[in-house]
Amino acid sequence: MDDFFLRALLGGIGVAVAAGPVGCFIIWRRMVYFGAALAHSALLGVALGFLLGIDLTVGIVALCVFLAVLFVLLERQHMLPTDTLLGVLAHVALAGGLVVVAFLTDLRVDLMGYLFGDILAVTNTDLVVIVTLAAITVVGMMLMWRSLLSITVNEDLAAVEGVPVARVRLGFVLMVAGVVAIGMKIVGMLLILSLIIIPAAAARRVATTPEHMALLAVVFGVLSVIVGLYGSLYWDLPSGPLIVVAAALFFGLTQVWPQARHGSVFSSPDGHTDEATR
Amino acid sequence: MSDDANAFFVPGSRDGCLIEAQGLSVHFRDRAVLDHVDLQVSRGEIVTVIGLNGAGKSTLVRALLGLIAPTSGSISRQPGLRIGYSPQHMHLDATLPLTVAGFLRLGAPTAESRLRETLAEVGVADVLDSQVADVSGGEFHRVLLARALLRKPDLLVLDEPLAGVDVAGQSELYRLIADIRDRYACGVLLVSHDLHVVMAATDRVVCINHHVCCTGRPEAVTRSPEFVALFGRHVAEELAVYTHHHDHQHDVAGAPVPLDEG
Repeated sequence: MDDFFLRALLGGIGVAVAAGPVGCFIIWRRMVYFGAALAHSALLGVALGFLLGIDLTVGIVALCVFLAVLFVLLERQHMLPTDTLLGVLAHVALAGGLVVVAFLTDLRVDLMGYLFGDILAVTNTDLVVIVTLAAITVVGMMLMWRSLLSITVNEDLAAVEGVPVARVRLGFVLMVAGVVAIGMKIVGMLLILSLIIIPAAAARRVATTPEHMALLAVVFGVLSVIVGLYGSLYWDLPSGPLIVVAAALFFGLTQVWPQARHGSVFSSPDGHTDEATR
Repeated sequence: MSDDANAFFVPGSRDGCLIEAQGLSVHFRDRAVLDHVDLQVSRGEIVTVIGLNGAGKSTLVRALLGLIAPTSGSISRQPGLRIGYSPQHMHLDATLPLTVAGFLRLGAPTAESRLRETLAEVGVADVLDSQVADVSGGEFHRVLLARALLRKPDLLVLDEPLAGVDVAGQSELYRLIADIRDRYACGVLLVSHDLHVVMAATDRVVCINHHVCCTGRPEAVTRSPEFVALFGRHVAEELAVYTHHHDHQHDVAGAPVPLDEG
């Protein structure tokens, strides 16, 4: 097997493993737009990395983390709704990135690569960054699993029970930033959210506990990466989009799968799951 | 005792005091939501905070729980006080697959046998493996109560535990709360806007409208001019009749006399 393909496979699997649990919480906490806003900042991160003379992937990670923290700080004011703030942040970052990249004539950016990912161009440095961040994310998610789940269910109750709510929220936001940043390399800024959300959404239908859903999301994500990559190799198609298409196939499959024992969001045929099971 | 304590204040044992707010004020922007509120809950006591919507009931609870910082005043807790809390609004997102057992374990990792015991204690033994999204509103109040009890609380704080429960269920739930108070020897702080059931099963009522309007035993509070002014004469009289069935009646002059019949 070629080196570039192995790196692509490892990198993709690394992202999928970290994206599974994070994606579940993004769905439960309704933070999809937050993830998308971070993804928009990729170009600015590239420019930042170039200006600082550091690895461009590291630049993206740094900027995502910076924006995540900025967002947490901005969220404390209650003048503007959260989604408005995110809208401002996302599009300013995107426009700013395009302007700065155009301004830096020495920096030649493969725009398509950043928009749709270029997994086959994953370098050894990229792989190290991806695997490290993925490992940190997975360990972090395991450590704060119960706290995070508790504040997702009810923040007040969690706080009374001694969960350090602000710290856990910040921790999670940083992990989202990390996953978005490394996922960018695999499927690009336009598709990264789909790689995070679709496997988790596919898992919802069949899962009965949060842990079950996270684990299934990892499985679906990893399978999507493998299927997408091999598909792109054999049919000579772009790998990033193909990974997302593979994820979508799993999503479609779980939707027609016989439903889990208990009701789920994706309404049952009669739309009255709750009453029916009582 | 504070200066605000009026004729209706029931002196309690200070030794058993679990939590006490003194001169508690909370301002949002320039608006005083709470203005010099005094409140204390002692062990073994059921205290109910009543008031109209927007009177600051939930703000008072949130401040006592330490969820918001008071603008002025002080809150003192007994050292090591364990609080079991049941919040008012608990919207569980249906995207989250969570069983009742999983929900209860969020508070603390607990053996399944103890989860079953506690659920049985609050009368919903059979929902342990149900998805939280599938249990009814009334059952969920009890599940919340169970989660609070699993912490072996010194103080139970229940914000509108009767919301969405029918009248029969309400008095049943109130009896359950009184039972729990006896069994766990804890203090109970309730918040309610539903006056009828509250009056029957509370040791002390604190009626607030940004400040403490009146406080004391339920039957005394319903006769206080502040209460009548706030809730209207009709409500006050209706409640007065209601509570008198329980412990005393009035002579022709309106003064309470002991109950002389079954």
